[in-house]
Amino acid sequence: MTAELHLVKTDAEAALAATFASAKARLPGGRGVAASREAAFRRFEASGLPSRRVEEWKYTDLRALMRDAKPLAEPPDATRGKPSLIDALPGVDAHRVAIVNGTYLPAWSDLAGADLGVTLTDLFAWVGDNLSAWQDLVADESDLATSLNQAFMTGGVVVRIRKGARVAKPIHLAYAFCGEPAAMYPRTIVLVEPDAQATLIETFEGPAGSDYQVNAALTLSIGDGARVERIKIGREGASALHIETITGAIGARADYNELTFTTGSAVTRNQLFLRCTGDGAKVRVAGANLLKDRQHVDSTLVIDHASRGCESREIFKSVLDDESRGVFQGKIVVRPHAQKTDGRMMTQALLLSDRAEADNKPELEIFADDVQCGHGATSGRLDENLLFYLRARGIPAKRAEALLIQAFVGEAIDGIAHEGLREMLTGRVTAWLETRG
Amino acid sequence: MAMLEIKDLQVTVDGREILKGLDLAVNKGEVHAIMGPNGSGKSTLAHVLAGKDQYEVTGGTVTFEGADLLALEPDERAAKGIFLAFQYPLEIPGVTTMNFLREAINAQRKKRDEAELSPPEFIKRVREVAAKLGVDQEMLRRPVNVGFSGGEKKRNEILQMALLGPKLAVLDETDSGLDIDALKVVADGVNRLRSPERAMVVITHYQRLLDHIVPDIVHVLSRGRIVRTGGKELALELEAKGYAAYQDEAA
Repeated sequence: MTAELHLVKTDAEAALAATFASAKARLPGGRGVAASREAAFRRFEASGLPSRRVEEWKYTDLRALMRDAKPLAEPPDATRGKPSLIDALPGVDAHRVAIVNGTYLPAWSDLAGADLGVTLTDLFAWVGDNLSAWQDLVADESDLATSLNQAFMTGGVVVRIRKGARVAKPIHLAYAFCGEPAAMYPRTIVLVEPDAQATLIETFEGPAGSDYQVNAALTLSIGDGARVERIKIGREGASALHIETITGAIGARADYNELTFTTGSAVTRNQLFLRCTGDGAKVRVAGANLLKDRQHVDSTLVIDHASRGCESREIFKSVLDDESRGVFQGKIVVRPHAQKTDGRMMTQALLLSDRAEADNKPELEIFADDVQCGHGATSGRLDENLLFYLRARGIPAKRAEALLIQAFVGEAIDGIAHEGLREMLTGRVTAWLETRG
Repeated sequence: MAMLEIKDLQVTVDGREILKGLDLAVNKGEVHAIMGPNGSGKSTLAHVLAGKDQYEVTGGTVTFEGADLLALEPDERAAKGIFLAFQYPLEIPGVTTMNFLREAINAQRKKRDEAELSPPEFIKRVREVAAKLGVDQEMLRRPVNVGFSGGEKKRNEILQMALLGPKLAVLDETDSGLDIDALKVVADGVNRLRSPERAMVVITHYQRLLDHIVPDIVHVLSRGRIVRTGGKELALELEAKGYAAYQDEAA
């Protein structure tokens, strides 16, 4: 039955198959990588692009949204000037790691004065030396978007933070796209050894008029007692399709705090699969989406409490204008032995237009009996009474709205420890509000 | 001409007529009390003066300093010098009191073509006024009214009033939910703001607030009309006899 259904391929599926057939011989990596590419592509091909009939993709029908598959992006000409796109963090002092069109470019990166505790290796150089570690890391990847990334991945980096290292400056993974519309498949691995501390920033940028495609994957391994903050800023061009999948394992007593801030791309799917693998870990996952026109952003996450006494907090805020759509699918899983789990999930949407839509699907799957878990979801308009209160004090309507929207989004942003980033993102919210009519 | 002139004001809310031809004139320097039973239209009057949307004016006029008040947006009215102290001040999560005050003051100044206050000037002014009202600095750093007690919320209203320095202050049931100590603090704050240039309309159900904020003129509002006007002794009479007589009168 399944085979029959997929006798007819969509244009995008046919293009993906043709691209894979012609490119696989020249894609980087040794024989081990080639075998895993082949297996991943077969896995994808067996089910094809997910449609709304697949529960996990119900609100983001990739089969319908992805009309075609672009050719693989070529590495940029590094002898020419670097695109300004990768200077994406004004006012924040960080070590930049440039990943342009899916390729790591040391020449455009800036690691001067980097901590001794940080090592940066080209993805395929690392995989060549650590094939079995690589195979272990990706063994559980069954998700369709990640399978495609694994089949096509063209480059990326492996960031290793050594045991006990305190990395002062954030490490900035600056992903950018330039050139004719194409598809990029960067893959990044971040290995944080026990008791290390680091801040990781990912930015995604690209030209406004180009319908390029991004399918990025980040594999995250956080050791016992480590402290990691990760901020992702999705500012792709307005016509781009963007998918990123994070697969992470959080060790015992580790503290992991992340925020995903999205204003860009036509279609975005942010996937997060986190597993607490050691006791007493603390996880905070936040999201802020500011959308207009017909933008579509899907935040899909699974927090898997596989150990005792872990705490997770999820807070997602979407501001939806025009005909935009915000999707939240969040699942907290508590395994039978993960007693004393404390999990709370909240998703809130602010609808600025009658035609905007918010879809919230929170789920709890609890198999242990001594846990505290809860979730909440709200969507609504700005509170008329609050607006009147502000206006009665002399604040004009537009400004009153802006203050309330900023306060709404602020709850997600305020959880970031890095002050400079917090201020920069607050500024981005202001800038976004100023673009509203 | 009086600072505020209300003539034959008729207002409906959700299709129900609440004010049925209200007349009121307030001169600068005067403190008027408006008393009346629940449902007589006291809060409606307060909200209509401040410009709330849900109140539909179906007849009559309101002039403030000779200009049509009803044509203005709420923020424009505030900039002209009208201040409503809310009966139930709202909580604004995510906006600190300090930021809220700065936004309000500078928005009003901008509308009046005055220069914005410099940050040090602004902070100095807020600290002075806050100290007089017993509002501590910590409260100013917290989100507006979030987690505040009833008394703290009302003090915050008076703090805003003192900083914005309105020409006409409308106090909507400022005494509700306050114990006697909190009431005194709030009333002292209001009394300090009495001036020959400023008018106040104090709306209350109970006479006890008027022991502390002594009015020049007292009006009785019943079923959408002012049914009696007198001096401050009228409040005492109402306290003794209740509103029953006026409810019959208006019926």
